[in-house]
Amino acid sequence: MIEDHQTQQVPTNWRDAAMQQRIKKRYAAEKRFRLFGFTTVIFALGFLVFLIGDVVLKAFPAFTAAEIQLSVTFDSTAFGLARTRADIDAAEYGAFIKAGLAKRFPEAQNRTTKRELRELVSEDAERVLKAAVEANPDLIGKTKVFWLPGSDIVELYVKNQLNAKGVVGERLASDTMLARLNSAQSNGELRKTFNTRFFSAPDSKHAELAGIAGSAKGSLLTLFVTLLAAFPLAIFTAIYLEQFAPKNHLTDFIEVNINNLAAVPSVIYGLLGASVYLGFMEMHRSASLVGGLTLALMTMPTIVIASRAAIKAVPPSIRDGAVALGASPLQAVFHHVLPSAMPGMLTGTIIGMSRALGETAPLLLIGMVGFFGDIPSSFNDGTAVLPVQIYIWASATERLFAQKTSAAILVLLLFLIIMNATAIYFRNRFEKRW
Amino acid sequence: MNKQDVSAVKMTALNCNVYYNEKQAIKDVTIDIRADEVTAFIGPSGCGKSTFLRCLNRMNDTIAGCRVTGDIKLDGEDIYGKAMDVVQLRARVGMVFQKPNPFPKSIYENIAYGPRIHGLISNKTGLDEVVKNSLQKAGLWEEVKDRLNESGTALSGGQQQRLCIARAIAVNPEVILMDEPCSALDPIATAKIEELIEELRGRYAIVIVTHNMQQAARVSQKTAFFHLGSMVEYGATTDIFTNPRKERTKDYITGRYG
Repeated sequence: MIEDHQTQQVPTNWRDAAMQQRIKKRYAAEKRFRLFGFTTVIFALGFLVFLIGDVVLKAFPAFTAAEIQLSVTFDSTAFGLARTRADIDAAEYGAFIKAGLAKRFPEAQNRTTKRELRELVSEDAERVLKAAVEANPDLIGKTKVFWLPGSDIVELYVKNQLNAKGVVGERLASDTMLARLNSAQSNGELRKTFNTRFFSAPDSKHAELAGIAGSAKGSLLTLFVTLLAAFPLAIFTAIYLEQFAPKNHLTDFIEVNINNLAAVPSVIYGLLGASVYLGFMEMHRSASLVGGLTLALMTMPTIVIASRAAIKAVPPSIRDGAVALGASPLQAVFHHVLPSAMPGMLTGTIIGMSRALGETAPLLLIGMVGFFGDIPSSFNDGTAVLPVQIYIWASATERLFAQKTSAAILVLLLFLIIMNATAIYFRNRFEKRW
Repeated sequence: MNKQDVSAVKMTALNCNVYYNEKQAIKDVTIDIRADEVTAFIGPSGCGKSTFLRCLNRMNDTIAGCRVTGDIKLDGEDIYGKAMDVVQLRARVGMVFQKPNPFPKSIYENIAYGPRIHGLISNKTGLDEVVKNSLQKAGLWEEVKDRLNESGTALSGGQQQRLCIARAIAVNPEVILMDEPCSALDPIATAKIEELIEELRGRYAIVIVTHNMQQAARVSQKTAFFHLGSMVEYGATTDIFTNPRKERTKDYITGRYG
């Protein structure tokens, strides 16, 4: 007892060598930990910069298109005497282009070199000429210089991506083709333009014509259907389960199931959508309506879980206060709990929607994969969505599609950033403090 | 209690029992609450005084597994009876909670909410009048009259609690239940609430649950002492504090436990 007392009396020697050692060790451990943390953050950041940088660099060329200058003569015999609308529609604009090209490159005599000539100009050039004549019928019989959309070869050439070396036959352009491109280039007959078509055109088999508009609109329509179907359903489910449902085995069972549904692989929802919407309800295949409803099945559990958490976070005292004033349970929920929980609910919804936006697997199973050459104009039109478009382009062989893939990824990322920024805005804007 | 008192009795409880699932929280409580007095419920933590208070406006209905037996009457009408509309009951028997719980809306909206949902007043001027009146009765008007559009949650704790009292007054209740209304407040805010209770006395039957025995002695005319779910003693406040009949009451008010 006395000894005990004495040991207590001895003051701790903080200057003791062993003690100093221990202190040093403690600081070292902390420093080490910080260093590890810092390294991992730098590592992750490096990957992110690499990924984004790679995509942006690859995508950048996709935003420029090539045009080739050509003098076109609208031979009046091709239009008939009346020059009616039908005549203008029926005229062979391809022939004008052929004639113009033959005049520009008179050395092309045999069949092969003539066919190669036609490969300089994009298919879309005919539409450009037709539109010009429609706008101004006086052009008939006259000659005018046009900047026409160049083919994929021209586009690669102006971007310096056309491999001029290598064995003929294994590369895209033959020697004569290259010679023509070089001469056109030195004459100032080639130019780069901003590729508006990429943002306004649907997908195309011709790489230089393919645009993102079809799949972007498809994504918007699909997400709209998803939001409309999933949001109200999920919100009311969450409110009911959280505020009104009796606590019994049935509601427990429902709760467990909703949590499980959120973890089900998305491809399963594709199978479900295919059998219910396509097989049983016989809706239109590949349509954004079906895609949206399928994604709604997948998104709903996520929104329910987020909404329930948001409702739970509203202090019960707010609800009690309303009930004590004589508000009915419904009034208490809709006047007080719901407005307070709304920011959280909206955040959860947008996070669910972002996930739906990036989803590919379930949409493959309901036929949203494939070539859709039109911009969808209704919910029943077959369409691709952005991630599926990326998937399709990524597996295409033409060089230009590689750029388009990266550009499409950028557009998808932009969509995601906008949606997440909205979520953050709502959270900060409506956040309530108690 | 003599005969002439009967007319002033606002609420009565007769052999009231409350169960949470199987556990009995309130045992056989019988009490009369008079319209012109402040009644205080005192007792140690967990004695059931808040539970009993919440029976008086059926706030316990919202708790799963809570069961009430016995008779509780408001003006002779059984509040747990089929004829009683619970929404109407809670408008007639208002409540103020332990922690101030203003709605996260403007001060004006906090007060106007009750009259609006009951459809008591529909026009703007009438509503303005009720807001002003209620805030005046709660002694908050002078402090907030220039910022009625500010959030109720931006007020100080004491102001928030008076806002909650004003909110309860706005629906024109007959009884106001207060569940430890000062336990989250500092002494100055507490004093203000106590003054307010004194002013409201007579206009409303007031029932206050409190931990603070001095507070019960200051504000109430009748005091009920609860212990372990039973009402041990009930009588005039002066008698309870100066001359308790039961040993347990005496031990509690002299600070031997609790």
